[in-house]
Amino acid sequence: MSGPGPVIPSFGQGSSCVTGDHLFCWDWVRQHWSDTLGPALVQHLELTFIAVAIGFALAFPLALLAHRFRLLEQPLGVVSALLYTIPSVALFQFLIPFTGLTTTTVEVALVAYTLVMLFPNIVAGLRSAPPDVLEAAHGMGLTSRQVLWSVELPLAVPAIIGGLRIAVVSTVAIATIAAFVLPKGLGYPIFLALKEPTPFKTEIYSAAFLAVALALCCDAVFVVLRRVLVPWARKGLA
Amino acid sequence: MSRAAEIVFDHVTRRYPGRQVAAVDDLSLVIPAGAFCVLVGPSGGGKTTALKMVNRLVPYDAGDIRIDGRSIRDIPVVELRREIGYVIQQIGLFPHMTIGDNVGTVPKLLGWPKQRIRERSAELLELVGLEAADAARYPAELSGGQRQRVGLARALAADPPLLLMDEPFGALDPITRLRLQTELRRLHREVGKTVIFVTHDIDEAIQMGDRIAILREGGVLAQYDTPDAILAHPADTFVAAFIGEDRALRRLALRRLRDVELQPAATDDRAPRVGLDTTLRNAVSLMLETKSDRLVVEDDEGRVKGVFHLRDAGALL
Repeated sequence: MSGPGPVIPSFGQGSSCVTGDHLFCWDWVRQHWSDTLGPALVQHLELTFIAVAIGFALAFPLALLAHRFRLLEQPLGVVSALLYTIPSVALFQFLIPFTGLTTTTVEVALVAYTLVMLFPNIVAGLRSAPPDVLEAAHGMGLTSRQVLWSVELPLAVPAIIGGLRIAVVSTVAIATIAAFVLPKGLGYPIFLALKEPTPFKTEIYSAAFLAVALALCCDAVFVVLRRVLVPWARKGLA
Repeated sequence: MSRAAEIVFDHVTRRYPGRQVAAVDDLSLVIPAGAFCVLVGPSGGGKTTALKMVNRLVPYDAGDIRIDGRSIRDIPVVELRREIGYVIQQIGLFPHMTIGDNVGTVPKLLGWPKQRIRERSAELLELVGLEAADAARYPAELSGGQRQRVGLARALAADPPLLLMDEPFGALDPITRLRLQTELRRLHREVGKTVIFVTHDIDEAIQMGDRIAILREGGVLAQYDTPDAILAHPADTFVAAFIGEDRALRRLALRRLRDVELQPAATDDRAPRVGLDTTLRNAVSLMLETKSDRLVVEDDEGRVKGVFHLRDAGALL
């Protein structure tokens, strides 16, 4: 039995496990689920969902444009890749004077990072229609618009789902950095724990575990979604 | 199911940008309504180009193409294509649609009611030798031969007066190909549409066509006639070489014993017996094999219809 440790607010009125900062304390997790971990998980999901939704809303029309006007593909691809290379903390420093310590600041950064995963995948998906299928479609008298909406787009769905899947999973991981700006998301408990003179292990591990679990759950959702939306690829075809 | 269109190529020329040699050079052809016309020739002969000009997948630079007297330039391109069945070698089925939806593509574009599209799909699948239940399957679940049957059904869906077929059986194994060739001939007799069929295979051309247009390199029409006339009187050395030195035998393959006049048979003739549907080529082959100078021809019930002599075969050429 270790003796009473330093009094740290987020440790709460702990058991000996908590006050001794053992490897992992279930009782702390149970005690702080409703005031710390649960809300952080929900916020994290929210940050991720909003980022990917806005990212998709931007990437999709851009991909349609790049598909229609091939010259645009490379510049747009380069821009999305460049955005991805900006370190997030630097991006926050740049944004805070404009948008302050707000969710907007975080979302702008997260959205920027999703583009590099969404844009190229959607474009590749739209390009994936086999030439013979396109020739048959045009030869039967589908207009270019009909070819896009009823042939190219449905055939792009697997690639689009693939892009969304990567975007969601990596945004779940990246969104922990929101804590630099906001007291939100699963990054925040980690951030708090790290601020203590002796970082509280249980808080770090439980938040990190939840982030991993969230990513895995999202991944599973996309696997199911693909099975539902792409019935034709189940047998034989890739 | 009896609409058929007359197609006229009127001095049509197509030159691809940056190429000296024309793809199709001053092509003039009249394809009567309901004919099965095969465009055949070596690669570079422009046969696929000629075919694709009819549904305007390829534009032409000079001349005109008319369907039932109407220039295809005067018909909005989407409307034109919906009136023309199109079958290609790679088939091009929509992988994300069921067989039923694939077949119903053009009827849906034309705004047919759902019930009618379903009925039409089922009817066509049976016509091409598939089952109505196959409508719910996806292309990836079918074999190559089955997929091309669907391709054919899809092309026929809106009952177009004209069918364009670009080497439709080129990617199939020989047995499947032969079966589909036979069925396409039967189908053509049943539905009576004009068919333009591209192949590089002279055997296929002779077997399938009422009329054959032989195109040589540079897209020049070398000869346009019935298979029998081309085999009997090749227009020049190119055609003669293309159809092969065994053209006399190929000609015999076009005719069956039921089409020729037979000599009366002696009741006790012991010569080999064959059916009325035997081709003259096979009859000659059998005579050579059995060292007989004649065959006794009988009908399906085994009644003797007459005798066919080897010298009669020579006289028919």
